[in-house]
Formats: sequence, C-alpha cells, structure tokens
Amino acid sequence: MGIAKQNARMSRYMVSPSVLLLLLWMIVPLSMTIYFSLIRYNLLYPGENEFIGLENFEYFLTDEGFGPGMSNTLLLVGSVLLITVVLGVLISVLVNQAFWGQGIVRVLLISPFFIMPTVNALVWKNLLLDPVAGVFTAVWTFFGAQPIDWFTDYPLFSIIMIVSWQWLPFAILLLMTALQSLDQEQQEAARLDGAGPIALFRYLTLPHLARPIAVVVMIETIFLLSIFAEIFTTTGGGPGYETTNLAYLIYSQALLQFDVGLASAGGLIAVILANVAAFFLVRLVGKSLTDK
Amino acid sequence: MLSLKQRRRAQTVVLGTIAWLVALIIFFPIFWMILTSFKTEIDAFATPPQLFFTPTLENYTSINERSDYFHFAWNSVVVSFGSTIIGMLIAVPAAYSMAFFETKRTKSTLLWMLSTKMLPPVGVLVPIYLLFKDTGMLDTKLGLVIIYTLINLPIMVWMAYTYFKEIPKDILEAARMDGATLFQEIWKVLLPMSKGGLASTVLLSLILCWNEAFWSLNLTASQAAPLTALIASYSSPEGLFWAKLSAVSTLACAPILVFGWISQKQLVRGLSFGAVK
Repeated sequence: MGIAKQNARMSRYMVSPSVLLLLLWMIVPLSMTIYFSLIRYNLLYPGENEFIGLENFEYFLTDEGFGPGMSNTLLLVGSVLLITVVLGVLISVLVNQAFWGQGIVRVLLISPFFIMPTVNALVWKNLLLDPVAGVFTAVWTFFGAQPIDWFTDYPLFSIIMIVSWQWLPFAILLLMTALQSLDQEQQEAARLDGAGPIALFRYLTLPHLARPIAVVVMIETIFLLSIFAEIFTTTGGGPGYETTNLAYLIYSQALLQFDVGLASAGGLIAVILANVAAFFLVRLVGKSLTDK
Repeated sequence: MLSLKQRRRAQTVVLGTIAWLVALIIFFPIFWMILTSFKTEIDAFATPPQLFFTPTLENYTSINERSDYFHFAWNSVVVSFGSTIIGMLIAVPAAYSMAFFETKRTKSTLLWMLSTKMLPPVGVLVPIYLLFKDTGMLDTKLGLVIIYTLINLPIMVWMAYTYFKEIPKDILEAARMDGATLFQEIWKVLLPMSKGGLASTVLLSLILCWNEAFWSLNLTASQAAPLTALIASYSSPEGLFWAKLSAVSTLACAPILVFGWISQKQLVRGLSFGAVK
C-alpha cells in the first residue's frame, strides 16, 4: 500500500500549480488595481502619485460617461440574455425532432459561435448593416420600406443584435444537447394520455431545461458584462456615450486618456458589479455544478 | 380525414422546413462573408448586393498585399498552441488529483477556480498593461500566452475533471497495486482512457485562444498581434475593402469553424463547466 499512499500524497502537489497561478492572477493585479485607485496617477503627468483617498471613485461615479456606461451594460446584458434564452429554447426544441438534414441544420445553427468577435462586428457593420450597400438595406428597399442607418440611428440596438447573433448559438448548443437526455418514453406516455404540445413543453420540456438555462445565463453573463471587441471595432463607444459600456469606458480612460487612477477605480466598480452578479448566479447554479 | 401517421408526417415536414429556414437565416452572415470574399471590390459594394457575379480568387492571392497575413496567422497559431500546451500541462495533473484523490476541499477549490472567471478583464487591465510595459512583455507572444493560459485554466481543469470523473477508480487502483508509479499511472492508464475528452479540452482551449479579442487588442501592436487584431485594423474607414476584409475573415475563421463542427458535442461539457453533457 505504500505506493498508493505515496501517490495520494504526491497528487496533492499536482493541484498546487493551478491554484497558485490562479491565486497570483487574482491577487497581484487586483491589489495593484486597488492601490492605483487610491492614488493620483496619470501617465501624462509622472511623478505626482500622492494618496487621494476615494477621489478617483468620486470622479468615476460622477463622470458623464458613468451613467450611460452602467445602463448600457445592463441593457446589453439583459437584452442579449432574453433574446438568446427565449430563441434558444424555441430553436432547440424545434430541431430536437427528426427531420431531413437535421445534422446539417445543427451545424449551421451553432456556427456563429465560432466566428471571432472582430469578424462578427465588421461583417455585420459593413456587409449586412451598411446603409448604402448592406443586405438589410436591400431587403428593406425590396419591401418598399425606408432603409435604416443602423449604427447611427439605433447604435445600441445594433450592438445587441450582433452580440445576440454570436451568443444565440451558444444557447442552442447547450440546450440542444440537454434535450437529448430528455426522457422520450415519458414524453410518449404523456402524449398518449392526451397531453397537447403546449402542455408537453410546459410540464416536461421546460422543467428539464431549467438547469441548462441557468448555466447558459451564468456563463453568458460572465462574458456579456465584458463585451469589448464588438464595440471597439464598430462604434468606438459612440455616438456620444450611446454604446459605451463599463468595459469600454474604463478602456478609454486607461489607454486613451492615460488616467490610471481613474481607470482603476472604474475597474474595481466593474469587479464589484460582476461579483454581485456572480453571487446570485453561483447560488443559482453553483451548487448543481458539483452535486452529482 | 388524415390518419394519425399522415398527420405526424405532415407535421414533421412543416417543422423541418421551419428549422431549415431558421438555420439558413442564422448562417446567412457567414455565407455572405464567404461569398463576398470571391467578389471584386466593385461587386462587393454593388447596390443592390449581388448574389450572382463572376467569382475571383484575387482577394486570396493578394492576401499579403495590404498587410502580412501570414505574420498575424503565425502569431495566432503560436499563441493558441503555446497556451494550450502549457495549460494542459498544468490543468491535467490538477484535474487528476481532484478527480481521484478527492478531499473535503476539492469542491470548494473547483468552485473557486470557476469564480476566477467572474473577474472582469477590465478590472485588471491597467495593472497588467503596466506590468507588461515595465517588463517589456507588451506586444510579445509570450505575454499573450501567459494571459491566455491563466484565463482558460479554470475551464480546462473543469473539463478534464468531468472526464476523469467518469473513469472507474478501480482501474487506476489496479495499476497502482501492480506497482505503477504515479507517472506510469497517468501516462499509461489514465491518458489513453481519456483521449477523447482531453482532445476536446485541447480543441476548446484552441478555439477560445484563437478568438480572444480583449487582451489581444489591448496588449499587442504590430509584433505579436494575432488575427483578431489584424481584422480589427480593417475597421478604419480608409482601410475598408469589403472583399479583402471578407477573404481575410474567411481564412481566419475557417479552421476554428471546422474544429467547432467536429467537436460540437464534447465542447458543450467544457463550455458549461460539466453541467450539461
């Protein structure tokens, strides 16, 4: 038995690199962010790094970009979640029955998820939504409607649309897979007992999907809170602050205005926001992740 | 009156048609991007948009003209594979240990790892940027490899963990009884048994690295910029050539799209932290 014990002991050390690295990754930059947020620190004015308490937070919270940044973040996350979950459930139920070409349909449906965000953003902005030569314009004109200049007239909506396109396949992929473990016999029995399709959906399918939906919501929230590339490559946060979310606001303060202190304060506020969200989300799903 | 069977069949046809329609709409932007990549710049910008045109390979043959495509593609390859290999070397032992030598702390460690994913990148953008600037790692492939390894590590540990969990402990114990060392146990017994799972862990990591576009945009300029950053450079009005943009995009996305298609089922597990299988 000696060797077994030895293996067990050695295996303890095998977790430590992962834990150590992640601990460093959490602690070092985060404590630097906290430190920077409490001092005056602008890369354009080196040398003046005195302690200024919560002044940076005050500046960040009263910055004219903060209000829009916050509401745009919440709107973006909320809308994309709603769109992807509702459509995701409907589409995954739709493709869960056998029909001709099911395999190909599934492949087509999940493809957008594998497109890199910058490609997604530029293909939509130019090839599809361009007010002159875009496909949407052609469709609108075909139906006799006035073409829309999407990124000028509905900038945030346009961002929501392209981000939803990217994340809908993620919801479909997870929900589709979850549906495959739905008990077919139970379905059949309920159907023979005279349950209609709506009752089947309401009382069998939806409860079965509750956990995967929660997982979709959790993971999408993590990523959607930090949407950056799609905004960076299309609108640059504008016009005005109309498409500036928290992530983009902090980026512009740090790397465009070089105000390290202010950006760090903003970064911490983003961390707090994410943690509030995470607190509820982990309660929602965290337990079911490890209970098996 | 239609019989029940006929009604069922009619229903299948109708629902199947709707499903195809939805799928074609969702796939349309990708289809259109690929189509546009075979147009001339004039055709690409035609109004109304052209579905039929004389195809050209010009955008692909001149891919290196505007910017050195292969330089960026090489960066993507090096960074993705580099961080995936390092990530696997760190994640697999951790997952092994947690799956087969569970302690009281294992579950909370796993959840804690997951929680590091909740840290928004903007929260640490400033210090990472400054640290990289001071250590000369700004705009280096090594810098990106380190960051990507760290951000994907929790997902890789989780994914490998859920695959290892499915292997009966007895088999490993039997190997141990026969006097296998720890290394032999992992290399000769565990890895061959979880080949498929580990392969999809590798694929998921490659996909995530390849498409990552927060750190690559903020930490690289010209030297280490991967494809995500190259494509972002097409956003400037003076650099706007739709056909060329489409060709570069198609090339950049094609390998990942194929990876995704191959491993769609297995990826679900990694993307959902093992909650959906």
